Amino acid sequence: MSQPLLQVRDLSLLYGPQKGCQGVSFDLYPGEVLGIVGESGSGKSTLLSLLSGRLPPQAGSIGYRSKEGEWLDLYSASEAERRTLLRTEWGFVEQNPRDGLRMGVSAGANIGERLMAQGVRSYQQLRGAGLDWLGQVEIDPQRIDDLPRTFSGGMQQRLQIARNLVSSPRLVFMDEPTGGLDVSVQARLLDLLRGLVRELDLAVVIVTHDLAVARLLADRLMVMRRSRVVETGLTDQILDDPQHTYSQLLVSSVLQP
Amino acid sequence: MNDMTQIPARDPAYNFAYLDEQTKRMIRRALLKAVAIPGYQVPFGGREMPLPYGWGTGGMQLTAAILGAEDVLKVIDQGADDTTNAVSIRRFFARTAGIATTEATPEATVIQTRHRIPETPLQAGQIMVYQVPIPEPLRFIEPSETETRTMHALNDYGVMHVKLYEDIATFGHIATAYAYPVMVDERYVMDPSPIPKFDNPKLDMSPALMLFGAGREKRLYAVPPYTQVSSLDFEDHPFEVQKWQHCCAICGSHESFLDELILDDAGTQSFVCSDTWYCAQRVKENNQ
Repeated sequence: MSQPLLQVRDLSLLYGPQKGCQGVSFDLYPGEVLGIVGESGSGKSTLLSLLSGRLPPQAGSIGYRSKEGEWLDLYSASEAERRTLLRTEWGFVEQNPRDGLRMGVSAGANIGERLMAQGVRSYQQLRGAGLDWLGQVEIDPQRIDDLPRTFSGGMQQRLQIARNLVSSPRLVFMDEPTGGLDVSVQARLLDLLRGLVRELDLAVVIVTHDLAVARLLADRLMVMRRSRVVETGLTDQILDDPQHTYSQLLVSSVLQP
Repeated sequence: MNDMTQIPARDPAYNFAYLDEQTKRMIRRALLKAVAIPGYQVPFGGREMPLPYGWGTGGMQLTAAILGAEDVLKVIDQGADDTTNAVSIRRFFARTAGIATTEATPEATVIQTRHRIPETPLQAGQIMVYQVPIPEPLRFIEPSETETRTMHALNDYGVMHVKLYEDIATFGHIATAYAYPVMVDERYVMDPSPIPKFDNPKLDMSPALMLFGAGREKRLYAVPPYTQVSSLDFEDHPFEVQKWQHCCAICGSHESFLDELILDDAGTQSFVCSDTWYCAQRVKENNQ
């Protein structure tokens, strides 16, 4: 087995007693999808913000192994390094695509932004990447010059995914990527995501409260409750044989059609 | 046209150049910082001036701070010496500072300008003062001031090209014609104030000192003499300046920036130089 991509040790940020997250440790390997599940207020999103370098922790460390194989301590690195990482080797898919997209510029410009930030100065190349990625996320390439606000919710979410994946990241964070979508659109997006994750060998940390999403996408699950990780393990293992009482409650509360 | 005869005498009720000495010192300190870091926006304590924001209060405060008794001031508005903004600012400094004013570009030591750089090449020792409405080139795409400052600090300028990309995608070419963003000394992206992009090449390696003042936003920045200033572009869509099929209807110049005039209700057009002194000078030379 190769070396881990992300090494998290004793990560803590508390807003109050049991509010936030504390004592989180895990390793994430290349190509692995880690799901974080739990109820609202259990600290899932806080953990994701800490992991993605958006919120400095009160204690603990995050190590990231870069493309060159060097270990980088996320929060002792400079802000410039963190930002570079976030727009090259990392991606972040927001729950609400309006937060992750530039709504005032066309779909093509949204996809090209990361490339431009990396110094691509050829219009043809940017255009090509835009058309290519619209195709990959199943949006009609003819809509490359349309504003994202003319897109449906599902299309906006797919555009956001394309915008993140264009720089071929190695690690993508997703915060409830299917949150605001109806069931059929959700299914299609999940299908697409699963394909892309396997094809590009992405490591993904995905936060969700939807166990169905977790089962479809995640290799491994972390169950959070009241700021702590109460159970971790392979997805099937947790969903089929939950050990912690809260996991059991979570699994049993899924509606069976 | 020439209002030199009506220039008022110095009014002793005002401190020299209107602003008090402490304010001028404060602005000079900010200017020194701006010159030391080309293209960097320095905040300054902008004062209330006796005319509205948008009429050149930022430029006037800078001019007031750098004027000396021996200076010769030229003020232009869209290239013209005889439009309202130019005339009133020139009279203002003639009255409050009692300095000499001129319309001749080579004779001026300080040139305050609204949105043009004179056609006549600038010389070492001259100072250009620009009136700036929005100093932040990133503002159109990033509304947050904290965020734009971080972007400047970290040299994180990827979004600048998003605007140019949008232009090409929409119009087939870079349609931004004024306030065309530039990179100063390969470090800071700067808004050159709303000068036409025709004037952008004149900023590069200019022997004159360029000062930019934004009154409402209370920011100033500078391009020192002989500083590299390059306009942003794409490899396959390089930066280009405007070209006209016409020449100036008055002086016949093919090189200058032309204003389009509509002469009658039928839409008859005429093109004349935007730089009035340059145009008048050429007419004089042709008549000799």
